[in-house]
Amino acid sequence: MSITRKKKSLDPKHIDDKWGLAYVSPFFLIFGAFGLIPIVFTVYVSFFSWDPLAGHDFTGLQNFRWLFTDPYFYIAVRNTFSIFLISFVPQTILALVIAVKLANPKLKFKVFWRTVLLVPWVTSILSVAIIFSQIFGQDYGMVNVAMHYLGLSHVGIGPINWVGQTIPSHIAIASMIIYRNLGYASLIYLSSILSIPRDLYESAELDGASKRQQFFYVTIPQLKNTLIFMLIVGTIGGLQTFLEPLTYGGVQGGDSRQFSTLALYLYEQIIINNKFGYAAAIGVAITMITIVISGLNYVVTKRLSGGES
Amino acid sequence: MRALLEWFNVPSTDRKRRGVSPWTYISLSIFAFLSVFPLYWLFVVASNSNEEISKIPPSLVPGKNFLKQLAAVNEAVPLGRALINTTLVSLAVAVFQVFFCTMAGYAYAKLAFPGKKSSLVVIIGTMMLPAQLGIVVLYLMMANYLNWINDFKALVVPAMVGAFGVFWMRQIIDAQVPNEIIEAAKIDGGKNFRIYRSVVVPIIMPSALVLGLFSFLGTWNDFLWPSLVLNDPNRFTVQVAVNQLNGTYTIDYALKMCGAFMATLPLLVLFIFVGKRLVTGIMDGAVKG
Repeated sequence: MSITRKKKSLDPKHIDDKWGLAYVSPFFLIFGAFGLIPIVFTVYVSFFSWDPLAGHDFTGLQNFRWLFTDPYFYIAVRNTFSIFLISFVPQTILALVIAVKLANPKLKFKVFWRTVLLVPWVTSILSVAIIFSQIFGQDYGMVNVAMHYLGLSHVGIGPINWVGQTIPSHIAIASMIIYRNLGYASLIYLSSILSIPRDLYESAELDGASKRQQFFYVTIPQLKNTLIFMLIVGTIGGLQTFLEPLTYGGVQGGDSRQFSTLALYLYEQIIINNKFGYAAAIGVAITMITIVISGLNYVVTKRLSGGES
Repeated sequence: MRALLEWFNVPSTDRKRRGVSPWTYISLSIFAFLSVFPLYWLFVVASNSNEEISKIPPSLVPGKNFLKQLAAVNEAVPLGRALINTTLVSLAVAVFQVFFCTMAGYAYAKLAFPGKKSSLVVIIGTMMLPAQLGIVVLYLMMANYLNWINDFKALVVPAMVGAFGVFWMRQIIDAQVPNEIIEAAKIDGGKNFRIYRSVVVPIIMPSALVLGLFSFLGTWNDFLWPSLVLNDPNRFTVQVAVNQLNGTYTIDYALKMCGAFMATLPLLVLFIFVGKRLVTGIMDGAVKG
């Protein structure tokens, strides 16, 4: 924020104390009642054994003690991170590739490309998950059929059990996430690339930088803030992954919980077990993990960029 | 390998001479195809019998069974009812979001009130929290105190405002509405709310509409919250209804995908009209460099 703007907003002419509150109070009331209070009280509920039908007892840290010795919790943590990495890394690389292509000023049909790539984003997660569950089916799924026709069965790669095996199931779920988010991510990167000053490329070119070098030494550093933003948003979203595994293999996330995620485990506690206190504790744990990772992102990226300049 | 490196092309002065490399069009076409094909496939499965789809190779063209499947879907869940429910709820959320978020955004951008800075920090802070954090208590509120289970109020009221909407509208008003215009309107004797309605709102209308679209799409596609607070089939939103479509012993994909197709079709039709505007909205909302 520039100094001039700060001065302006402090200028008494622009201050209208009577009315400001009138404009925000409807928002405050609703947001407080249905946004903030539930968040604060979830922390409170996490210290209780809370069954909506059987009542509740204060149990202190018992839920968290259970959580830290619960093998299902650790499986869910592992799966959540695995699915996040398998989706986020390829998605970012592909989105950057697409964004660079879309940023070409001479590209024809710009609006068409941008719009068509966004189509998956308006589709619901549920629909995407249903489509991809069918595509990754064991016997008649298109992926296995295509692999067969590509001759992979001749080199010993038979039909893959995309549901039963851990890593293949994570790849299938990650592909749902990538499919739905890729266009959106591309547009965000495109928007940032378009705001990079053109003369940076021109001087890089004069210095004899190849296009690849321009990408890695001009585009990527200029996208630093956007990349950090997308990493944080991506982490928050990744830790909430729930509907894809639910649709893919039920509320336990597969027969041996091979793709159960943290958010799905929370859902299971509410829907199946009626353990609201335990569910709240999982919610608090998801939040803690989110905060720690966002903090780490921030520190690491700051270190890295500090070391560079 | 050279082709792969070519992928990392950067727009440069070189382009002025050579134009756009065919690789750009080829790769964009592949991504465009991959974006659309699963939705085409959704209709292919929805309109074929399970046998047609289970053939090897599977049928790649739409079949004749769509209406039959649709009737089966309707027998299992009240799909038409669910579509109406979803439309009403999503519209209500979109209208309220635009109304409340633009107003609050205006206050944050242009007016003063006690606690302005600290409350904005809290709002931005909640954007960093996972949606599941509040859901446990929100459900208990609905079930034990408000009695809003199976009531559309449970879907609409908590979603009427949002941290993202207020924050975004604040940025938009800050960037698009100059103080001078507000000052001029005041000198002309405009009352506060009239200034807001006839000066501020027209300027930010395009962005506010995009916020409405985001809210509409988000509500239409939400599953977690409606699946918790709705258990009466007549109250189902379309996502909850589609999720109920399970075969007795095996997954009936033709049935399920027919439902999913019907849940997606209205959004695809809407997208034809607003897709361009969504693209602009997303790119305007992006953080710059």
